Amino acid sequence: MQIRIHGRGGQGVVSAAEMLSIAAFLEGRYAQAFPSFGSERMGAPVMAFCRIDDHPIRSREPVMHPDALIIQDPTLLHQAGLFDGLDPSGFVLINSTRGLKELGIASALEHLPPGHACAMPATELAMRFVGRPLPNGTLLGGFAAMTGTLRLESVVAAIRSKFPGKVGESNVAAAEAAYELVAHRGALEEVHV
Amino acid sequence: MFKQIEGSRAVAETVALCRPQVICAYPITPQTHIVEALGEMVKSGELAGCEFVNVESEFGALSVAIGASAAGARSYTATASQGLLFMAEAVYNASGLGLPIVMTIGNRAIGAPINIWNDHSDSMSMRDAGWIQLFAETNQEAADLHIQAFRLAEELSCPVMVCMDGFILTHAYDRIDLATQEQVDGWLPPYEPQQVLDPADPVSIGAMVGPDAFAEVRYLAHHKQLRALERIPVLSREFFKTFGRNSGGLLRTYHTDGAETVVVALGSVNGTIQEAVDELRADGVSIGSISICSYRPFPLADVQAALADAKRVVVLEKSLAVGLGGMLATDVQMAIQSRQRRVYTVIAGLGGRAITKVSLMDLFRQARRDALESVTFLDLNWDAITRQLARETAVRRSGPIAENILKDLGELSSRIA
Amino acid sequence: MPFEQIKFYQTGTFTVGNRLLDISDRAVQSDTKRSNALNSGHRACRGCGEALGARYAVDAAMRAANKNLIAVNATGCLEVFSTPYPETSWQVAWMHSLFGNASAVAAGVAAAMKAKGRKEVRVIAQGGDGGTADIGMGCLSGMFERNDDVLYICYDNEAYMNTGVQRSGTTPAAARTATTPSVGPEPGNTFGQGKSLPLIAMAHHIPYVATASVANLHDLEYKVEKATVIHGARYIHVHVPCPLGWGSEPHDTIKVARAAVESGLFPLFEAEFGDVTAHTPIRRPQPVEDYLKLQKRFAHLFRPVRDEIRLAAIQSIADRNIQRFGLLEEVTR
Repeated sequence: MQIRIHGRGGQGVVSAAEMLSIAAFLEGRYAQAFPSFGSERMGAPVMAFCRIDDHPIRSREPVMHPDALIIQDPTLLHQAGLFDGLDPSGFVLINSTRGLKELGIASALEHLPPGHACAMPATELAMRFVGRPLPNGTLLGGFAAMTGTLRLESVVAAIRSKFPGKVGESNVAAAEAAYELVAHRGALEEVHV
Repeated sequence: MFKQIEGSRAVAETVALCRPQVICAYPITPQTHIVEALGEMVKSGELAGCEFVNVESEFGALSVAIGASAAGARSYTATASQGLLFMAEAVYNASGLGLPIVMTIGNRAIGAPINIWNDHSDSMSMRDAGWIQLFAETNQEAADLHIQAFRLAEELSCPVMVCMDGFILTHAYDRIDLATQEQVDGWLPPYEPQQVLDPADPVSIGAMVGPDAFAEVRYLAHHKQLRALERIPVLSREFFKTFGRNSGGLLRTYHTDGAETVVVALGSVNGTIQEAVDELRADGVSIGSISICSYRPFPLADVQAALADAKRVVVLEKSLAVGLGGMLATDVQMAIQSRQRRVYTVIAGLGGRAITKVSLMDLFRQARRDALESVTFLDLNWDAITRQLARETAVRRSGPIAENILKDLGELSSRIA
Repeated sequence: MPFEQIKFYQTGTFTVGNRLLDISDRAVQSDTKRSNALNSGHRACRGCGEALGARYAVDAAMRAANKNLIAVNATGCLEVFSTPYPETSWQVAWMHSLFGNASAVAAGVAAAMKAKGRKEVRVIAQGGDGGTADIGMGCLSGMFERNDDVLYICYDNEAYMNTGVQRSGTTPAAARTATTPSVGPEPGNTFGQGKSLPLIAMAHHIPYVATASVANLHDLEYKVEKATVIHGARYIHVHVPCPLGWGSEPHDTIKVARAAVESGLFPLFEAEFGDVTAHTPIRRPQPVEDYLKLQKRFAHLFRPVRDEIRLAAIQSIADRNIQRFGLLEEVTR
């Protein structure tokens, strides 16, 4: 599985990819995570990639055909090429309080299978549990729920291994809350129409 | 022991297991994570019996390593790109004096234009300085090569560069099987110098050598690398016996038996090449690839043997011999000069441009049709080139090239919704 | 060095092995058991101030270090004349790496000794003014800044002598060199340039900085011995006339060096952690002219006509030193 994460410098995009790879590793799978560097400054668009496989991963090219996209910053949504290469049955998880229609991308994603595109308020959850607007750990919880690729326990363990102590625990709480939110999102309005 | 960690971290932890005694470091992207990790290990006491010196420049870094190594300490440093050039004088000095320093190169392009991303121009600039140059295909191999490097360096009294692709490997998280201290201790003996600064037994190191003896001293350096050609595969096999992994060696072949087209490359791009080779082979194309690990000494005989059945060779390299073509390609051609072969040089990935499987498959199909020029630049933006050349013809003060091209490519920031 | 009034003196200075001195005060060189670290047979020019200074300095360091010494040398006159292929005149563990990295290489040696727990081994680095002030400045400053356990000794003959007398960062104003010829409206080295290595060393607040001269060899030995047993970065700047480059008589080397000291152009002092702690007072003040006249590199200041303006400018440099270091005052320490 190939995942591409979009965000801005300082939002923990690279850490998110790394945690995904650790979660996969903990499940006994092979994983590769690496960043794509633009200019190194806070606020600049940043991409990170993660590949998960049951066999050793040889490819070193950027993820051109993602099976899943995680978009940590909705201000990137109108950037050209954001959805490039997305698999027709892929997943899209967007960090936003607004719904897909409100974000203006519902039509771009309506070809995806039902339940494969979702917007969730990760930053708000992070603020509530972590106290800082860093949505990466939170989004991974939502990712686990949406795709079923990784177990929540693996994501939680990955977060803890990368961020020991209080920071890790609060992120774990946020991730768990995100998982619940996305797992039961039928009840919410921020879902794919 | 398996860990999911950053390539740089794997290298740092492995170097630490090799019990270095002096580590010196000057920061330069993309090697920083390696030396930072080592610095932390020294400072916390985790890596004992080691002095970590924060030097004032890369020239200072290798100079400190030279002094430490001459005084009998196992020494290590790391650099890339501009830093390697800044220490160039010391690079030649270290190999000329025969000091077994191990240095990691986080391969990065050399400016101008300044560029922090991966290509092989840095290692290539020092390829004939007398250092052994080993290229890692994966982060696992990058870590493992350092263990082999210390042993090889100290056996031959010759410094070794372990080259790993900047960002692509250094900043990638991978599943790595890290060695244990017992394994390394059992495989890598303490450093026994061939020459050493010892007050109890004084010698003069670094004397001038005149015309009557210089050539002989240089021949002995050449001879050292020829011996390395024999030792490298042996050490790789011995490494396998203790650590259970295939790392190092002179080169690795992938489906080259009977392959009509063979691709040759250095470093991490081999992974993507192998993926392309698999897909093409599934499509009935006769193609294979060679990943060269020991670039210096260059394994002429092994390359010649591996290309024995090939009708055509595609050398894919992240380096450019400006005005000429390829560097790796030139070495490959030397290996097979006695036979009639078509050798296509493909310059790719310069300055960190991604090499995609799709582009590679397209390229290899073209090669198969012999529809390639002898030198090709993969995925070059000819439009931008043409426009810049026209600009230069039209007016004398056409301005800095880089700025013009970047403007052409429209490097605009994304719109905020 | 503590100033001692001696009633009798024979040659105008403390002669080596002066029998009027207490045995414990006699020069290292007067001891038949000295190391001879820089042995005879080297190829220095006759009258070479650097050969003289290095011989005294290294033997003094060897004594203070109980022969547990490693020396790192920069490229330059000393390195070249002491290791004429295929011979070496060094009887000490000695290494030559490059031109600009002696301090860094020495730092590496010191780090190796520390890693190996060899606390008794002392490390010295040696270089000329070119290798220290110019091309070696970056590494030197780094070594000072890190407080590496190295004693750096600079032999300052005020130009790149080994390559044919080219100007360096310590070449004095008005001096003729191959790259500052005595022609045109401003003959010789330009006024207002140059750097003071001792002051730069002091600005790093290292444990010990000293200047020394071959005019006072005993003082040189004293300072080297003192510095050798201190831990941390140390720097000694030794003034060494070069008869060839300066155009002075080979037999005048010590006389020329003394004139530099007594005119105030080369002050002798010690400093610790950035503050001057001692100085050697001028015994018999001389005008700078008496120094300049001994050297052909300053001949254009006197012939065809006396260049009063530049002579006065050089005198004011000396006067400033005298004032700054209190060279005509009583020693108060």
